[in-house]
Amino acid sequence: MKADKNKYQSRRDFVKSAGKLIVVLPLVVVPALLIKKTSVKGYVWQIDPFKCTQCGQCKTNCVLTPSASKCVHAFRMCGYCDLCGGYLRQGVKSISTAAENQLCPTGAITRKFVEEPYFEYTINEKLCDGCAKCVKGCGDFGNGSLYMQIRHDRCVNCNECSIARTCPSNAISRIPASIAYLPKDRK
Amino acid sequence: MKKALPYIIFILLLFWHVAILSQDRFPRPEFESGHVYPTNQMPVPRAPVWGYIDLAVLLGALTVTTWLALKKRSRQGLVWMSLFSLAYFGFYREGCICAVGSVQNVSLALFNTGYSIPLTALMFFIIPLLFALAYGRVFCAGVCPLGAIQELTGIRPVKIPKLVEILLAFVPFIYLAIAILFSSTNSQFIICRYDPFVGIFRLDAPYTMIIFGALLLFAGVFVNRPYCRFLCPYGVLLNIFSRFAGKHLTITPAECTNCRLCEEACPYNAIIPSNIEQKQEEQDKSRKRFILYFVFVPVFALAGALLLYNMAPVLSGANSNVRLAREIRAEKKSGIESTLKDVIAYKESGKTETELYNEEELIIGRFRNGSPWAGAFLGISFGIGMISLTIKSRRSEYKPNQGKCYSCGRCFKYCPIKVKS
Repeated sequence: MKADKNKYQSRRDFVKSAGKLIVVLPLVVVPALLIKKTSVKGYVWQIDPFKCTQCGQCKTNCVLTPSASKCVHAFRMCGYCDLCGGYLRQGVKSISTAAENQLCPTGAITRKFVEEPYFEYTINEKLCDGCAKCVKGCGDFGNGSLYMQIRHDRCVNCNECSIARTCPSNAISRIPASIAYLPKDRK
Repeated sequence: MKKALPYIIFILLLFWHVAILSQDRFPRPEFESGHVYPTNQMPVPRAPVWGYIDLAVLLGALTVTTWLALKKRSRQGLVWMSLFSLAYFGFYREGCICAVGSVQNVSLALFNTGYSIPLTALMFFIIPLLFALAYGRVFCAGVCPLGAIQELTGIRPVKIPKLVEILLAFVPFIYLAIAILFSSTNSQFIICRYDPFVGIFRLDAPYTMIIFGALLLFAGVFVNRPYCRFLCPYGVLLNIFSRFAGKHLTITPAECTNCRLCEEACPYNAIIPSNIEQKQEEQDKSRKRFILYFVFVPVFALAGALLLYNMAPVLSGANSNVRLAREIRAEKKSGIESTLKDVIAYKESGKTETELYNEEELIIGRFRNGSPWAGAFLGISFGIGMISLTIKSRRSEYKPNQGKCYSCGRCFKYCPIKVKS
């Protein structure tokens, strides 16, 4: 009887050790398979401004309120026009800084006279909510110097960016944290 | 041809400028007043070293929790540990990256080129599993922020019917299988998307997430650790690994005297009572039943594989490219133009329909490859679950079920046995 019991016990122990080995195997195999695919540096999410279609979902789909994605101005690409496609809404009767003439719903763009006939447009980051209306206007009627970027002092760096998941043109992807931004006026 | 070559090269060289000038509808200004372009100062992201500091905190927290649960045996200590993890991994790190979600990163990296898994994510996946293999589910006890928030709000535990518990306990397996399937096909990270507590950690979420989280926490006051028991996909892995732990938390600090005082101590029903008094079933009968269920396991695996293989087209709808292709097809068929932003963006992009449909075929193909494995996994888990329900082993002590026990230490105070230190 006792011999039977011992056999049962040793069989149990064998099954347990075998199970332990089978279970440890993936813990060893998975990192081994991933050795070449592991990066020591971090990654952050960023919008590729050349793929962006200015759909406006950057404002609504970010998990944060206000959104971590905001408009940035590539001054070197700007035409400094009086009739700015990103500042003024379509069909303005007069070109002025009046709120009714502005495209931006939060009034985040400031228009400053530089010299004849150039005006400088700057984005007030604190007011910008990432709706991309100015980006669309600038892209449609101007030089496309206004573009969307995710700001990394606000972005929480989710494992799956909610905006990236729903971006209609798949413009948002992970880039190395050392690069962090994809400016439109990069050479 | 040779004569024209330099001119051809010249024209080609001119095209270099097209990319930069392509949108220059209005010429760049030439400032006479000497105006200087302002510079954009973009904020830098969090330095990578902080990710490694998080890893160090993880290791430290796991070590301290193990010591608290196994050596010091202090429920109070484990509660304080949970509070710390909630504060650090929950509210400070805003719940991301967590070990629960790291499963998806690993599966994405294994089955896709073009994605490198960050070392921190891989370590967040491996390290809690290593600790589980050695010491049990100490990760759940005092380190996981989701577990911590549920542990700290689970104050009025209520026992639920065994059948309900068994049925709901299968949900994490389904969640894990679907999560791995979706992340391996680069479709979605559903664990992150449907994480109920991350909105509370960030103090910012769409209202649906807040409601889901709040409801789950409220339910958790009575049915403790609802996410851990009935949803957590990582818990499936921890469950499996923890069963092989050599040094696991014990209810008694020394030997069990079968006083039965701890029987109702566990709100998670993780204490397996001893059954030396019960009549032992005939070995023959139990052996026959075991063999019968054992034979059924491959049958379940096959059934699961077939079921999920047939569900592959439906499941592939999780992928946005597949959804786009279907929308385009529907648009063509019905003649009604779609208003979806994805469709508008696709039309602007200039991608041909053939390309789109080829992509769709590829993705559905990947789902067809992957879903039988998910189905087989579900079938095998179901089969093994059935076996474990029918196995009646002889137990002479009250022990925690190493797969289910979260090493929370609630049972410590019920055991009257004290060891002289």
